[in-house]
Amino acid sequence: MSKLLEVRGLTKRFGGVTAVSDISYDVGAGEIIAVIGPNGAGKTTLFNMISCFLSPTNGEVYFKGNKLTGQKIPQLAHLGISRTFQNLQIFHNLTVLENVMMGAHVKLKTNVVNAAFRLPRILKDERIAYDLALDAIHLVGLEELMFEQAGQLSYGLQKQLEFARAIVYKPDLIMLDEPMAGLNDYETNRMADYIKKLKSEGSSFLFVEHKMATVMELADRIIVLDFGKKIAEGTPDEIQQNAKVIAAYLGEEVV
Amino acid sequence: MSKLEKILYGNRLKPILFLVGLILILPLVVKSPYIFTILILIGIYSIVSLGLCLLIGYAGQISLGHAAFFGIGAYTSGVLTTSFELSPWIALTIGMVTTFFIAYIIGIPILKLKGHFLALATLGINIIFYILILGLNQLTGGAAGLIGIPSLSLFGVPLTDKLFFYFFVWTAAVLVLLLSLNIVRSHVGRVLRSIHDSEIATETLGVKVENYKVAIFALSAAFASLAGSMYAHYITFVAPPTFYITKSILFLIMVMVGGASSVWGAILGTTVIMFLNEIIRFVGHTYFGISGEVEIVVYGLIIILIMMFLPKGLIHVISKPIQKLKPKKKVSVKAHKDMISQKGV
Repeated sequence: MSKLLEVRGLTKRFGGVTAVSDISYDVGAGEIIAVIGPNGAGKTTLFNMISCFLSPTNGEVYFKGNKLTGQKIPQLAHLGISRTFQNLQIFHNLTVLENVMMGAHVKLKTNVVNAAFRLPRILKDERIAYDLALDAIHLVGLEELMFEQAGQLSYGLQKQLEFARAIVYKPDLIMLDEPMAGLNDYETNRMADYIKKLKSEGSSFLFVEHKMATVMELADRIIVLDFGKKIAEGTPDEIQQNAKVIAAYLGEEVV
Repeated sequence: MSKLEKILYGNRLKPILFLVGLILILPLVVKSPYIFTILILIGIYSIVSLGLCLLIGYAGQISLGHAAFFGIGAYTSGVLTTSFELSPWIALTIGMVTTFFIAYIIGIPILKLKGHFLALATLGINIIFYILILGLNQLTGGAAGLIGIPSLSLFGVPLTDKLFFYFFVWTAAVLVLLLSLNIVRSHVGRVLRSIHDSEIATETLGVKVENYKVAIFALSAAFASLAGSMYAHYITFVAPPTFYITKSILFLIMVMVGGASSVWGAILGTTVIMFLNEIIRFVGHTYFGISGEVEIVVYGLIIILIMMFLPKGLIHVISKPIQKLKPKKKVSVKAHKDMISQKGV
């Protein structure tokens, strides 16, 4: 399997605290990788370093063989990486449709000048964005709410909206930061279905999650962090049997 | 207008026709030259508030320094036409281009600031400009101001006649309105509103947020400069107090009162504030014997009341009942369902 994302020795120190220490792993094309670990294990820090929100103290990330570390955030979408946020970042004052249309930005060539003079390109772009957005809205089943303001939606629906916005332009790698957090069982299952459906269409996923049942169901491979270190990597079955993982989650027996 | 445009942004033809009709009819009704002067000034200030509306209402970036850009236009026109005897049209164009680039260069560092830090930085621009025009005596005439700025003339016809100038100003205002509407009713409009809501999410979608913010800042400055040049050629006299911070605040109030989230609000707000201005002066002068700038006291009160009770501005009061009259949502959902079935999704 070809390597899509390569993480090589990522380390992050905040003053004297080492939040993430020397972590390496790969994400192959069409794979779903989950990163799990107890609270404070450094999952989100790792996530933010891969998506260029934080610069690592040491180590590099490569995407399709090119160095990703040090890129500007907007560049990532152009390379084919999209992400969602743990604390939802949707556009509250835009409608659901407009939110999802924003996700098509990398496919468009509209700028302030050609918009001001309404050149033909604008109308073509509107059409492209609208068509792509409709497909994504159709996937997550938000058609009925297309013209509602996104801020009016319930938390679960906003989460689906953010997901739809992230997948509009059919990125190669989709990074989800706790996609199931705060969702009820029904919504969790639906989100898992979307992820499986997109995987079957060739997308890769890297996600951080706390709900173990979903992680075990979805992930091809799991990476377990504890105190900033990678303590295990393997298939869901292997991880469930791993003594170190059990110790990290449940604590060790004091002899 | 395409079907898709209607679904996304609603109709824009009717309000434009209404405005143009109003502009054409008003000279027939209004005979008082005093009111006519106010109408001309509304046209000039609308150009500024339209640009400011794009910046504040759409992109969510505040500016308390647009009087400086207004002033750069006015002084460029004033100085170039009096001291260098250039054609007013060339002076106006030079003013706009210069202001655009000045704002662009200033915008790159200061638009990294957010919220009240940005407000203070733009306030600083206004103060620097004010001190410069006071200090550069030989060029700007200092505190005494510049006199004898020539009027504009179009195809050999001097626009000294109020009616001509009125039509000229409002043609420019409608053109600026159309440009603004084009921007707002496109992907760029969505990008700007997204920046307003969440910059970080906008960036992850691949938008170079900095570029958009700086471009809109420079564009709104260029609009202000255009208005400033017109102002200079209309009044034929410019002096520093016109371009002080109080004017920047006045522009801000116009946008806020009208409703920052709609370009129509900018024109409405400008109109309301300009007439209110005259009423306050009249009432203050005749009934209370107050002279001087009393209106600023009332503006303070107005902005508090608007922020408390009408945060979306006066335009919301007008547009909401109109939207309620039309069963817009049902039609739209049906329309999009038709489109989906056409696509075979």
